[in-house]
Amino acid sequence: MKVQLDYDACHGHQSCAIAAPEVFGADDYGNAVVLIEGDLPVELETKARRAEGNCPERAITLIDS
Amino acid sequence: MTTIDPTTDYDIFDPEYVLNPFPTIDQIRESECPVAHTERWGGSWMPTRYADIVAVAQEHDVFTSRQILVTGPPDGQAPEGAYAGVAAPPISSDPPEHHWHRRLILPFFAPQAVAKYEPITRELCHSLIDKFIDKGEADSAADYAQQIPVRVIATMLGVPTDMSDTFTGWVRGVLEAGLMDQEVRLEARGNILGFFHAQVADRIANPREDDLITTLLNSEIDGQKVPVEYVMGVCNLMLVAGVDTTWSSIGASLWHLAQHPEHRRQLRDDPELWPAAIEELLRMYAPVTMARIVDRDIEFQGCPMHAGDRVLMSFPAANRDPRQFENPNEVDFEREHNRHVAFGAGIHRCAGSNLARLELRIALQVWLERIPEFQLADPSAVTWAGGQVRGTRVAKVTF
Repeated sequence: MKVQLDYDACHGHQSCAIAAPEVFGADDYGNAVVLIEGDLPVELETKARRAEGNCPERAITLIDS
Repeated sequence: MTTIDPTTDYDIFDPEYVLNPFPTIDQIRESECPVAHTERWGGSWMPTRYADIVAVAQEHDVFTSRQILVTGPPDGQAPEGAYAGVAAPPISSDPPEHHWHRRLILPFFAPQAVAKYEPITRELCHSLIDKFIDKGEADSAADYAQQIPVRVIATMLGVPTDMSDTFTGWVRGVLEAGLMDQEVRLEARGNILGFFHAQVADRIANPREDDLITTLLNSEIDGQKVPVEYVMGVCNLMLVAGVDTTWSSIGASLWHLAQHPEHRRQLRDDPELWPAAIEELLRMYAPVTMARIVDRDIEFQGCPMHAGDRVLMSFPAANRDPRQFENPNEVDFEREHNRHVAFGAGIHRCAGSNLARLELRIALQVWLERIPEFQLADPSAVTWAGGQVRGTRVAKVTF
């Protein structure tokens, strides 16, 4: 699984980083950044799904690889 | 329930609605007219479905921020007295200015930036509890929740924390009493801006190291220093938006925990639940309703909206929509999907959200650590504020 973030849609709620702090973080402005490029370790997939499901702006897409 | 039809005549200050707005909101949401309208308090539209409220928040070119208070003259042309040129950027800004108005303040509120306020918040919470723990009773709203955010914000702004009660009075003048009486609001606004005018003048004469107001005064846009009115406006916003809101959220969450021993136990048994629990409490007890002004005549969900009309964004209503949330009126710390909009959505997402979360978490953690078991002294004696900001104002508990 890979995560894809729509940086234009993100408005810095940080819901993703709360749900999956290993996968998402914040830049200096508090907007989301993806910490793991490429395939996620399997054990983080549940958290990544929760991050996707918590984003109010629907800025996260999960791509099954 | 009142006998009036809330889809055409809702009253956000009706005492029953203030105490518990959700039966009325549910009635509107499930009616044939989920975007309600009223002539009361200057007139407004009120969508009640999650998708509609998020659409209003995201479509900022149609739904502008010329006015963001839930009452008053909808055209935003109210006389603002002295300091007429001072707004509350970026909450009161529209693009294109909104972009720099917001970008300059966001770094102060990023998660990594607000983390430094955790120790003082924790210390503050302990010192408040020290004052009443031996009595076996306290007002969880007035003695605790109300005391926390104002001191954190004062610390952040570099203004005297011993003026906290004064600040609280001013903020309530704008966001509570002032919503029903424009004179009260203007007086409170004048006090706040008069105070920050003096603070800004002091920083210009005596710049300080590591100081938010000094840093803002020294910021530049396109090679020019930012206007003093902008800095005063940001201070105005931080005080007005950073006090009543978070205090209401802390208070409502304690009110919930007082009545739900199973949720207290869950947090005690599984501390890893805290981040999700905070999000769930924010969903359930979202304090804030914001307003927008319609830019041009449009039809929205079949409603003919005219330029200058006010639209309320009731984030509490959005967060209880069963179309978006399963069992929306239940607190579930293990809720799988929680796209709550307690902090709004779109370009005006609450700039202080990371600080608010930190304060809410520390306030609840310290309370439960010191007072693990507690209950409402008299549930029927609890009072709430409503309108722009919803939360407990008197909520006595025993322990």
